[in-house]
Amino acid sequence: MNRVLGDPRAILVLLGPALLVYTLVMLVPIFWSLGYTVFEGNPITGFEFVGLDNFVALANDPKIADALVFTLKYAVVLTIAQVGFGYLLALIYVFWLRKASSLVRTLAFFPVVLPTVAVALLFQELFKIAPVNGLVNDLLNLAGIPSVDWFASPDTAFLVLILMDLWRSMGFYAVLLYAGLVDIPDDLFESARLDGASGWRLVRHIVIPLSLPVLLSSIIFSVNGTLKVFDSVLALTGGGPGNTTTPLTLYMYQTSFTYGEYGYGSSIALLLTIICLLVTIFIFRSSRRDLTKG
Amino acid sequence: MTATFTDRSPRLIRFARRVPVWIIIGLLLVVVVYPLFWLLTGSLKTQEEFLNNPTWALPEDWTNFSNYVEAWTTGNLDVYIRNSILAVVPALFFTIVFGVAAGFALEVMVWKGRGPVLLAFLAGIMIPGQMILLPLFTIYFRAGLTGSLWPLIITYTAIGLPLTVFMMATYFRSVPREVFEAATLDGANIFRMFWTIGFPLVRNAIFTVALVQFFFIWNDLLIALTFTTRDDLRTIQVGLLNFTGQFGQVQYGPTFAAIAVNVIGTLAIYLFLNQRVMKGLTAGSVKG
Repeated sequence: MNRVLGDPRAILVLLGPALLVYTLVMLVPIFWSLGYTVFEGNPITGFEFVGLDNFVALANDPKIADALVFTLKYAVVLTIAQVGFGYLLALIYVFWLRKASSLVRTLAFFPVVLPTVAVALLFQELFKIAPVNGLVNDLLNLAGIPSVDWFASPDTAFLVLILMDLWRSMGFYAVLLYAGLVDIPDDLFESARLDGASGWRLVRHIVIPLSLPVLLSSIIFSVNGTLKVFDSVLALTGGGPGNTTTPLTLYMYQTSFTYGEYGYGSSIALLLTIICLLVTIFIFRSSRRDLTKG
Repeated sequence: MTATFTDRSPRLIRFARRVPVWIIIGLLLVVVVYPLFWLLTGSLKTQEEFLNNPTWALPEDWTNFSNYVEAWTTGNLDVYIRNSILAVVPALFFTIVFGVAAGFALEVMVWKGRGPVLLAFLAGIMIPGQMILLPLFTIYFRAGLTGSLWPLIITYTAIGLPLTVFMMATYFRSVPREVFEAATLDGANIFRMFWTIGFPLVRNAIFTVALVQFFFIWNDLLIALTFTTRDDLRTIQVGLLNFTGQFGQVQYGPTFAAIAVNVIGTLAIYLFLNQRVMKGLTAGSVKG
């Protein structure tokens, strides 16, 4: 039996192509990129060995500090917002809509599949001020509030960015968390109700503790995804005004392709990868804990 | 009277208690659906309507498709969509074929070292695209591939593999091992077994994974932006990003139409396959 299921020739044929492509296009470049961190230059001008200069620059570059702070701020705020709203929606699906929630779930999920660029351009139009107002400013005017130039100040630009990504992802996290909530056995709620628990107390003492594993993995997925944010920022604000909404990913892109500094760009990419690695370690830790629990 | 009172009030109370829920649901649907409706109606408006009417006004002529014609011809949408299809279809094909075969080899077949190899694939899920961008650019530049769509096809194939292998391994794990063991006792050749037993058993799963990968590749901006060095190689996402620049800021109609075209494609797929898309995308949520 194992002679068939362990046939080395078959393993090579089935696994070979995937492993070859994966090694050449992902693993080799990762180490190649590590090598770039001690060089400066680009393929057109050539490379020059600079030792640890890139890391020294990394530590002293105020733009890196700004980008790092923005990346973390974005990841934390959006994670709280999208997992929070997603959880709220999931609770509505499970406890109020019950069987009828299928249509609402499907509708609330659809922004997830839309291309980020299209959504970003749509939000630019929604929040537009010149030459004519977009929908949001028109509605504000209707309520007697003057138009706001949303993309002119860092705070409002950040707000629009968060609103847009919340719009895109809320339904996704609602479905993810819903799957965890429907798994809670009904008798647990029944007995809790018989004991006199209801409303908020039921949620706090029964629902949240029992859905903690899926809540935790949602948070980790969200942090892991939001740290890599690129599309939505580039397409919505382009990192501006100034560089106030520039995350590490976009700063890396600009240094590499606008200024042609491949060495410095690789150093930023490495910093980003290390941050993602730390988060991934948490993923494996927590998922393993879930396995032992369930 | 007391009879009708006791008869009616619980129903009334139940109705009253559901009112806030319906308000929340209504609000949610307005927030989710209305921007899209606004986009579609906007794509049918003329420039004068944009400048003179309130933004929520409906188009005066519901059959005014001139914006779409404008976007399609002057805006080069036809070229961008063709490029997207030419890059996505081969990449999707290779990712699925290689990924399914690798998932089978890593989960069904028995050999030393399959654990570490699976882990090596998994590590690829968390690597940000930025980490491989610069060496790949150098490689494609040196190999003379930069003037074609090949860099996109190759990169998409490789980037799609970790998640495909991971998801396929999970699906193969759910097939009872006895199925494959019985087949070996019947003397089935391993490739026959893959093709006639393994493949049909996970056919639905493959379709789901392909859908998920389609959305990831079709919606990608980072890779497409980096490797499309010429205007006529742009995918729809890169083309759309530069769209307002081509028309100038004031051309509302064609911009709305171009966004609408980009949205309608994925929306149509979702309309028919929503349950499967939801299941697939949440299963692939490790990607973040």
